[in-house]
Amino acid sequence: MKTDTVSLLDIQRLNKSFGDKPVLKNVDVNVEQGKTLVIVGPSGSGKSTLLRCMNLLEPIESGVITFEGRDIATPEARREAWRFRQEMAMVFQHFELFPHLSVIDNIMLAPVKIKGVPKAQARQKALELLERVRIPDKANAWPEELSGGQQQRVAIARALAMEPRVMLFDEPTSALDPEMIKEVLDVMTELSDQGMTSVVVTHEMSFARRAAHRVVFMADGEVVENLPTDQFFGGEVKPRTRQFLDQILH
Amino acid sequence: MNDSVTLILSYLSSANFLRAAGMTLALTVCSMLLGMLIGLIVALLQERRNRLVRALVMLYLWLFRGTPVLLQIIFIFNVLPNFGILLSGFTSGVIALALNEGAYMAEIYRSGLQSVGARQRTAGYALGMRGWQVMRYVVLPQAMKVVIPPTGNQFMGMLKNSALVSVIAVEELLLVADQTASANFRYLESLTAAAVYYLIMTTLFMLIQQLIEQRFKTQRSQEAPRSWSQRFLRMTRA
Ligand SMILES: Nc1ncnc2c1ncn2[C@@H]1O[C@H](COP(=O)(O)OP(=O)(O)OP(=O)(O)O)[C@@H](O)[C@H]1O
Ligand SMILES: [Mg+2]
Repeated sequence: MKTDTVSLLDIQRLNKSFGDKPVLKNVDVNVEQGKTLVIVGPSGSGKSTLLRCMNLLEPIESGVITFEGRDIATPEARREAWRFRQEMAMVFQHFELFPHLSVIDNIMLAPVKIKGVPKAQARQKALELLERVRIPDKANAWPEELSGGQQQRVAIARALAMEPRVMLFDEPTSALDPEMIKEVLDVMTELSDQGMTSVVVTHEMSFARRAAHRVVFMADGEVVENLPTDQFFGGEVKPRTRQFLDQILH
Repeated sequence: MNDSVTLILSYLSSANFLRAAGMTLALTVCSMLLGMLIGLIVALLQERRNRLVRALVMLYLWLFRGTPVLLQIIFIFNVLPNFGILLSGFTSGVIALALNEGAYMAEIYRSGLQSVGARQRTAGYALGMRGWQVMRYVVLPQAMKVVIPPTGNQFMGMLKNSALVSVIAVEELLLVADQTASANFRYLESLTAAAVYYLIMTTLFMLIQQLIEQRFKTQRSQEAPRSWSQRFLRMTRA
């Protein structure tokens, strides 16, 4: 099944503190082209911080972040962080749609204003994306008129509109009512199946089993486990991982 | 009585009063637009971390909020010429009023900018926006909704404050009314005529403010703070 593995985003020996509190300790994570990496771990283990570091939203103490073969954590590269971020879309726990823009304008904003895509083309693409996240009829709605699940799917469409190389999801379903979780996970699973490179922080183990190629378990700012999905759920894992899995699965 | 009404009407239609009202309007609009620009720049500068920039901004706010506008007007008109800067009464008045207004508008903009949370900004950055793009496309449009109602109030305040430049002999409404009355001691009539002009202009501002607020009201549940003119117009309609 697995053929050659091309690394798209590679984190090595990443250290990050808030004040004098270390939050990420020598973290190594590798995201392969076209694969889905799921990151799990207890609250406060540094999962969100890791995603924000990948996207250069946080300064780091030390480490190497290689994106498409280039170290993007250097001061020079950081000055052009916006360039890399256009290729690394992010989806947040609380959606963060722009409340002053309609659904379609939320999706078109960055392509049109940031990338300079012609409006008609961006609109066409936005409508296709709404189709893809299964809310084609909401183009002209305001974000606040949508349910949480719909808002999150618009947020996914907005992220996809920039045609990113990788999608970073930070607990995309944690703020949703149970009945809406599935509709968002379905969209994400489909993306994963279609070969969108994704990094997903989530507590949804069913999603991890179904869509992830690898699962990383983090605790206290360290990567405790990093295994192919079937081994992570079926094989020998460290006691700390076992304990977490037992808690979350029962 | 009848005689008073006739005189008021003749003042209202006189070229003198009309010109003076035009001057008041020009003073108000020019000072306000310049003041809004200064306020916006100051508010954006305040977001910077640079110590020196912040100190300069604080100094400006301290000076212009801590002294009477009247003093600022007279100062700019009478003291700047000592340094070779000769300005007309109108220009001096506009500069003084605008600098004073900027100090208050800065605060209004600041609260607007702060109403847009860090997570919204992060969402902008994550889409690949640069700092100014986040400001332009994410923060400012949302801040607008918070900023517009108090700005309308400031406009009306400015209309009234503009009367202060009468001290440097700018021929605006109050000065003309006062001069007219001092010739014939018909204060009731000339001041009433001036008041009518002021009321016409404030009412006009209110209507414009209402239109602008409507235009920016894209969301229904998140109510923007209600401005005085909104409440007033609602009352008159009921
Ligand atoms: N901006 C910040 N300033 C200071 N400390 C922070 C900041 N953001 C996060 N932290 C701390 O860093 C640690 C890791 O936080 P992070 O949000 O990355 O954890 P997480 O694994 O995403 O947790 P959760 O499951 O609750 O989202 C926590 O101890 C948190 O308190
Ligand atoms: Mg988190």
